[in-house]
Amino acid sequence: MFVPGNNPAMMQDAFIYGPDSIMLDLEDSVTMTEKDAARLLVHNALKTIDYGKTEMVVRVNPLNTPYGKKDVEAVVKAGVHVIRMPKTETADEIRELEAEIEKWETELGCLGRTQIMAAIESTLGVINAYEIATASKRMMGIALGAEDYCANLKAQRTPEGMELLQARQTIVVAARAAGIDALDTVYSNLNDMETFRKEVELIKTLGFDGKSIINPRQIEIVNEVFAPTEKAIEKAKTIIAAIKEAEKRGSGVIAVNGKMVDRPVVIRAQRTIDLAIASGILTQEELS
Amino acid sequence: MNSIKNRAALIAEAAKKMNKEVYNDSQVKKIITPRHELQRQSSKVVSLEEAIKKSGLKDGMTISFHHHFRGGDKVINMVVDKLAQMGFKNLHLASSSLIDVHEPLIEHIRNGVITQISTSGLRGKLANEISHGLMKEPVVFRSHGSRGYAIKSGELHIDVAFLGASSSDPLGNAAGFSTSENAKSICGSLGYALPDAKYADHTIILTDDLVDYPNQHNAISEADVEFVVVVDSVGDSSKISSGAIRDTKNPRDILLAKQAAKVVMNSGYFQNGFSLQTGSGGASLAVTKYLRQGMIDKGIKASFALGGITSHMVKLHQEGLIDRLIDVQSFDKVAAESLMNDSKHKSVSANEYAAMLEPGSATHYLDVVILSALEVDVNFNVNVLVGSDGIIRGAIGGHPDTAADSALSVIVCPLLRGRIPCVVDEVTTLITPGSNVDVVVTEYGIAVNPNRPEIKERLVAAGLNIVDIKDLAAKAHSIIGNPAPLPFGDKVVGIVLNRDGSVQDVIKNIVE
Repeated sequence: MFVPGNNPAMMQDAFIYGPDSIMLDLEDSVTMTEKDAARLLVHNALKTIDYGKTEMVVRVNPLNTPYGKKDVEAVVKAGVHVIRMPKTETADEIRELEAEIEKWETELGCLGRTQIMAAIESTLGVINAYEIATASKRMMGIALGAEDYCANLKAQRTPEGMELLQARQTIVVAARAAGIDALDTVYSNLNDMETFRKEVELIKTLGFDGKSIINPRQIEIVNEVFAPTEKAIEKAKTIIAAIKEAEKRGSGVIAVNGKMVDRPVVIRAQRTIDLAIASGILTQEELS
Repeated sequence: MNSIKNRAALIAEAAKKMNKEVYNDSQVKKIITPRHELQRQSSKVVSLEEAIKKSGLKDGMTISFHHHFRGGDKVINMVVDKLAQMGFKNLHLASSSLIDVHEPLIEHIRNGVITQISTSGLRGKLANEISHGLMKEPVVFRSHGSRGYAIKSGELHIDVAFLGASSSDPLGNAAGFSTSENAKSICGSLGYALPDAKYADHTIILTDDLVDYPNQHNAISEADVEFVVVVDSVGDSSKISSGAIRDTKNPRDILLAKQAAKVVMNSGYFQNGFSLQTGSGGASLAVTKYLRQGMIDKGIKASFALGGITSHMVKLHQEGLIDRLIDVQSFDKVAAESLMNDSKHKSVSANEYAAMLEPGSATHYLDVVILSALEVDVNFNVNVLVGSDGIIRGAIGGHPDTAADSALSVIVCPLLRGRIPCVVDEVTTLITPGSNVDVVVTEYGIAVNPNRPEIKERLVAAGLNIVDIKDLAAKAHSIIGNPAPLPFGDKVVGIVLNRDGSVQDVIKNIVE
C-alpha cells in the first residue's frame, strides 16, 4: 500500500488495515520543497513505529536527482526492509543502488539486510526486465508503473488494460525467470471498485503475486481475489502434510490419495497456503 | 305531570347539593360560520409576540426547545431574538440539545437574556465560549432519557415550550412532517419535544405549514397546545444529517465498523428477534451496513431498531431484515420520510425511549447498542461530551441510557485521532460509567470489560483480536507520548447529571 512520506497521520498507523507491505513514498507524492522534511519523517517513522509483521518499503527518488542518495542513506540507516527504485530502465541503475546500499550497510555492520524492488515504468525498462530482475542478489521483486509507461508508449490507459498487456506479461515472465515477485501497478479511481476488482482478477490470471494499492479500502478486494478457495486450501494442506510425513520417513516419493505428487504440484500447494495466510483465511497456528 | 318544569325544584335542589349552577338555555348561542372558515379563525393562531405575551412568560422563567432540525434549526434563534427584543432577562433555556447553529445565543448570554442553560449537548463557538467561562451559572447536562423524566417529575419545570413543527392545524395538532402540498420542512420524529409539549405550563407550536384540521399522524395533540404561530421557516431539512451524523468513506471508520459488526455477530445476542441501536458518529452508523450482510448470510432478522433512525436502518427495514423502527429522532431525511409513510415506523417520546424509571421505555428491551466515544479510559468509562482539549464539543444524547439498559453495549472508538489519544488513563469528563460499557472496539484491537467474561470467551473463539484495555492505553501512550495536562481553571462551567438524577461530574473552565 502506497503511503505518502509527508503524511504523518497516515504513516502512523497504515498497518492497522493489514496490508502485506507498506510503501512509504519519498518520490512522486512529495513536492520538491518537502523532500528533506519527508525523508526525516520516514526515517523516524521506520525507527519508532511498531509496524508489526508488515514488510516496510520506501520508494526513494532516482539516484540522478539531488535527493536519491540521501534517501538511500536515511532509510538504510533506519532499517527499511526494501528500497523501491522508481523508473528503472537498466540493470546498471540497480547495481548503482546496490553500491549505495552496501556503502551504508558496511558502515552499520549489517551487510545484505536491505532488499531491492525495481519499478519498471518505461518501454526500455520492459525490454530490460529480465536483466533488471537479475541485476542483484538483493532483488526481491519487479513492479509495473503504468502511468509513466503509457505516456512513454504513447497509449491511453483504458479500463480493459489491453495497452498494458505486453508489459504485464513481460514483467511476470522476467520475475518468474529470476525467481522473484511480480507486482502490478496501482488503480487510482476509488469510486469504481468494480473495475478495480476486474483488474485484480486479470492480473491474478496473468500470474502476478500482488497488486499495489493506494487506499485501505482496496485491500479487501485484493485479498478476496487472491484468496484460494476452501477446497484448494484443503487439498494444499493434504499435500504439504504428505510431504512432511515423507520427509520424516526419508522417502523421496510422495503420494496423495494414491496419486504421485511431483514438484510443480508441491510448489503450487505451498503457494496456495502462502496466499491463504496472506489473505487472512488461514493462520500459521491452524497450519501446524 | 312529569315535565321539566315540574322537576325544576328538584333540579335546583340537586344543583345546590352538587354546588353547581342550573343550566340556562338562553346563554347558549350556536356558531353558524362554515367550519372551514371557523378553524382558520382559531383563537390559538397568533403572532409570536402575542403568544409570548399571552403565555404569561416572565423574567427568570424556563423556556424549552427541541433540536430535531439539528444544524438546520431556526426556532431557537428566532424565539430568543424575539424575547431579547421584548426585553426579557434572566431566562433559563432548556433545550434537548444545542449545536453550532445556535452560536447567536452567545450575545444573548452576554446581554443577560439567557442566564441558565440545560441541555444534552453543546457544540461550536457557543460551546467554546461556555467552556472558557462565558456563563455565571454552570450548564446542566442530562441524557435524553433523563431530561424527559426530569420534565415529567417536575425536577426540570418548563414554563413555556416553543416547539417547531413541520405541520400543525390551527388547533395545534402538530407533526415533524407535513402531508400537504405546501410542505416546507421535514424533521420526522418529535420525540424529544413530547415531554415538553405534555408537561410544560404553556406550549407554543411554531410551524411553517398551517394545514387544515385535523392534521393526521400528529405527534403533538391540540390538547397540549395553547398557541400556534405561523413562521416562514422552522428549519432547513437538508441540514438534519449534519453535525454528528456522517456517512463515512474514512477507511479507519470502515475498519472499526467491520470489527464492531463482528463483535455483535459473535456476541451471543445475534439471534432471530434481537433488537439494536446505533449511535451517531461515522463508525457506529456504518456498523449497520456490515451487520446487514451478516443478517442476510445467517438468515437472522431483528425485531426492532431503536433510537436515532438512519437511512441505513430504513433500508434494512424495507428489506425485511428489521421488523419495526422505533424512532425518537430521525437522523436524516430518508428516515423522516419513512416515519411519515410507514406504519411500522413509530415515533416515541424521550420518556418512552430511554427514561430509567419508565418501565416501558424501549431501551429496557434493547439487546445491542453500538456507540461512539471521544474518549474511553482503562476502567471503560466513556466521555462523549468534552474534547481532549477540555472544550465541550459533543452531546450526552442517549449514550448512558442505552449503555445501561441494553444487554450488550459496544463502543467504537479509534485509538488515535491524529495526535490525540482516545484510550486514556482517565476520561476528561465522566459521562457513561464503565460498569455499563461491555466492549470497546479500536483499530488496534478489541477490549472486553472484565465484568463480561462470557463475551470475551465468545469473541476469542471467533478469532477476534482481543486485547487488554490497559495495553491499548499504553500503545497510544507509546505512539503519542504524554500529553501536557489541560489548563483547567477553578470555575465550574458544566454539571453532568447521571440518568438517575444524581450529580456525576463537573466540567471546569479551560484557560488559554
